[in-house]
Parts: sequence; C-alpha cells; structure tokens
Amino acid sequence: MRINQIQDEIIEEFGAFDAWMDKYEYIIELGKKLPLIDPAHKVDGNLIRGCQSRVWLRAELNDGALRFTADSDAVITKGIIALLVRVLAGQKPEEVASANLYFIDAIGLREHLSSTRANGLVSMVAELKRIGGEYSGARH
Amino acid sequence: MSFDVEAVRAQFPILHRRVNGGELVYLDNGASSQKPQRVIDEVARYYREFNSNIHRGVHHLSQQATEAYEHARETVRAHINAEHAREVLFTGGTTHGINLVASAWGRRHLSRGDEVLVTAMEHHSNIVPWQLICEERGAKLRVLPVNRAGELVMDELEKLLTARTRMVALAHVSNSLGTINPVARVIEMAHARGAAVLVDGAQAAPHLQLDVRELGADFYAFSGHKVFAPTGIGALYGKLELLEDMPPYQGGGEMIERVTFDKTTFADLPHKFEAGTPNIAGGIGLGAALHWFGELDADAVAAHEQDLLAYATGRLKEIERLSIIGTARDKACVISFVLEGAHPSDVGALLNQQGVAVRTGHHCTQPLMDFYGISGTVRASFALYNNRADADALAAGVARAAKMLA
Repeated sequence: MRINQIQDEIIEEFGAFDAWMDKYEYIIELGKKLPLIDPAHKVDGNLIRGCQSRVWLRAELNDGALRFTADSDAVITKGIIALLVRVLAGQKPEEVASANLYFIDAIGLREHLSSTRANGLVSMVAELKRIGGEYSGARH
Repeated sequence: MSFDVEAVRAQFPILHRRVNGGELVYLDNGASSQKPQRVIDEVARYYREFNSNIHRGVHHLSQQATEAYEHARETVRAHINAEHAREVLFTGGTTHGINLVASAWGRRHLSRGDEVLVTAMEHHSNIVPWQLICEERGAKLRVLPVNRAGELVMDELEKLLTARTRMVALAHVSNSLGTINPVARVIEMAHARGAAVLVDGAQAAPHLQLDVRELGADFYAFSGHKVFAPTGIGALYGKLELLEDMPPYQGGGEMIERVTFDKTTFADLPHKFEAGTPNIAGGIGLGAALHWFGELDADAVAAHEQDLLAYATGRLKEIERLSIIGTARDKACVISFVLEGAHPSDVGALLNQQGVAVRTGHHCTQPLMDFYGISGTVRASFALYNNRADADALAAGVARAAKMLA
C-alpha cells in the first residue's frame, strides 16, 4: 500500500473513537504490534534524541524498501512509533524522505501530547525522514 | 479560625476552567502554584496605576512604585520573621538565590580543601551551583545520604561535618518526596562545627510557617511562584553580617554608591545585590501573595493539608502494583509514586487526558532517582486549595491508567 493510503486508513480507524481515552487504548494496542528491535541493537547509537522516554529505532534496506524495527520503555510512545512505522515501512527511501505525514494532525495526535512528548514525536519523524534521505542518497 | 477549602478555591479563577472535558484537577503545585484573584489584581493595579522605575525617580509614580516595592520587602521580612528588611533580597527565584550565595559567599569563604555538604535528595538547583563554585575554589562537595523512606541519615551527619565543612546546603522540604527535613537540628549541628547553612525553602514556603530566626538559618531561599505569587520573583534571606561581608554578585545600576573608572563603591544592603531594574510587578505580587497567605489560619491550613495527604495516600495505596516513593514520617502534601511495569510519562499522559495535572520524570533530582534505581516517578503535589475530590479524581485516574497499561 502507498503511504497516503495507509494514512487514510489510520485516519478512518481513529474516526471510530469519540473519546481520547479510547484512542489511547488503541495506540497502546498498536504498540504491541510494533516490529521489535533485536535486543542486541538496543544500544545508545540507536536511541532517538529528544524523547522523554527511551526510543530505539533501527532501519534496514531490503529489495529497495525500508524496514524498521523499534522499541520504547513507554507504551504510548511505542504505539506512536508503531503508527509511524506502519505508514513508512516497506516504502522506498525517497518516499520516506519526502512523505507528508498529515495523519498526525488529522487524528489530533500532536495536540493531545504534552509538549515534551510532542517534541519527541517531531524527533521521531525527523529521524525516520533522515534515514529515508540517507538511504536514497546512498543508492544514487 | 478555621479553614474553608471551598471558600479558598473560589478565590482562584483558574481552578474553575475545564481541561479535556472535565474540571481541572491541578496537582502540580510543586512545580508552580496557582494565583488568587487578589494577587492577579495587585499586579494589574501596579501596571494600571503606578508602573514606573523605582528608587531613583523624583516623580510621583516612581515614589508610589518604590513604596509598594519596599512595602512588599517588609511583608516578606515579617512573613519569614527576619530581623531587618535589608536582610531580604529580591531574586528571580530560589535558583537565583542559591547561585547568588554559592558565588558571592563561596568566593569569600571557600578555599582549597574546604567542604560543602549537600544531601542526596537535593534539587539540581542546590547541587550544581555548589559543584561550580567548589570546582572554582578547589573545594570538595560531600553528600549526606538518605534512607529508603526518604529521610536524611542523621547519624551520618555527625561524621560528615568535619573541620573543613564551610557550608551545609539542604532542602527544607524535598520536591520529589515531600520529606520535611529536620532543618533546625541540622543547623544546630552545623553551627557547632562552625559551618554556615543555606536552606532551599522552595517547597516549604507554600506549606510551612517560616521563621528564619527560630531555625537559625544563615541563608533561606524561596520562589514566589510556588507560594501563590507571580513567576520570576523570589526572595533570599541572609544574616546581616554575612550579607555585608559578601562581595557583590552582579554589577550594574542600582547596586552602586559611586562609580568612577578607577574605583566603584557599592550601595548598602539590600541594593548591593540587586543590580539592574528589578521585577517590580513580581515583588509587589509576592508581597500581596504572602499577605493573602498570612491572613489564613496557618494551623488550620496545615491540618487540612495533612488530612489530604493521609486521605490521598490511602486512596492510592488501594491500587495494585503502585508503590509510593518517599514514606518519611514527616511529609508535606506531596506524593511520588511508580506503577510497576508502567512508564511515568504514560501514567501522566493518561491522567492529563482525564483532566488531572501531575508531573512525571526525575523532578530535577537525578541522584535521588539513581538511589532508588528508577528513572522517575509520577508526582502529585497538593496545595491548600486542593480538596478530597481532587484526591478521588487522582486515584480514579491512576486506577484507570493502571488497568490500561497493565
């Protein structure tokens, strides 16, 4: 599926909930489906800077598509990274680098996060896009 | 006199706003307190009626502003029972006050091999300024340990107070744990060894009756914004002879007597330590806040807060997997806790969603978190305007979060 198709799918899923507590419940559920990073790669070099909780992220290029594994010690954060990974995994590096992640605002995620968490979200998005840019640069 | 919490709540306009669909339950008072209407009005009145620079003005507004600002200083003096108004310096807050002492007193009194003693429960603001001056002067920083309950290990104090101890710097009330430290006893022991004592009163000011003379403190620092006053203002008390002996901290206007390019002589206390145009509105607001606070029956306030502490602690203890961090016998109305298997920031996010404002993280006490072997806690810190309904909302919110995060 293309990036925007997945984003629209997520927006639809979140549209089914009225209360934000239910959305949080769903985010926590999604976190459980996150492709987990190999514990051997849970090293400081794979930590994303700027998050209140610890977030590890690792990327690999397989047949021209990016795969991500990640983890966090906070389950809401884990759910948020799972959402981002769901949108961007399996996509070409240049598509990851240039993706417009409109679902974040559309589901109201940013406004519901504390400022420290919102900064963490910005850091996660920036890191995913940086990885996309790095791999597309390497191929050209 | 007694204490009517609902009548007090009615004076705080912000407590009536709604957050995330529910009435605000504000339990982040350890970070900053809310302001009563009277303080908001007094600050507005200053800007509306007599805003102008103080001390050097010859015109009416300046005289009125100067009078109000110096009246506020007198209010602070009376509130903490200092002997002289010139022993009260206006600062930007507790951090500023501690840095002032560490820098100005430290330059005068610390030499190579001297020791500064802090405690393991200090806020970073009462650690880092001392580390900086110790490094500069070749002095050593030593640490008084705490026990698992979050109390100072007083038996160790005797050993740690050496012939080289020049300063003991400690919190009156721990911001992370709520522990009320036996400050008077520490001061007595430190003085017996010839050491001075600085008390970080940031968390004590909104909860305890302050009396610097009864305590015998050499320096006592606190922040306005935690005691119902505006942000960016605080006070530092220092004993007259110590302040007179200290070199200035910052240079500028207001703090001089006579300036020539060869030599500058400095103004008398308190102006020697108040360079530049001060936070005039803040000072007036601090005076108004302490005046407002002082009108309440302090014993009844303390009884109300202790009742809340016991009630909220009991409600939280009903929740499975919840451990309270900081179980000292003598506590202010602050409850830090962890939920087994849950990250504090997740608990905080889910509480926020339910309209309950708490703080999560290390609370600027990383060495203390290291001691407990945790990365942080969820901290609910109460003020006099909180009630049992707030404690119920907290407990219900935490119980729901615990279920979701299990």
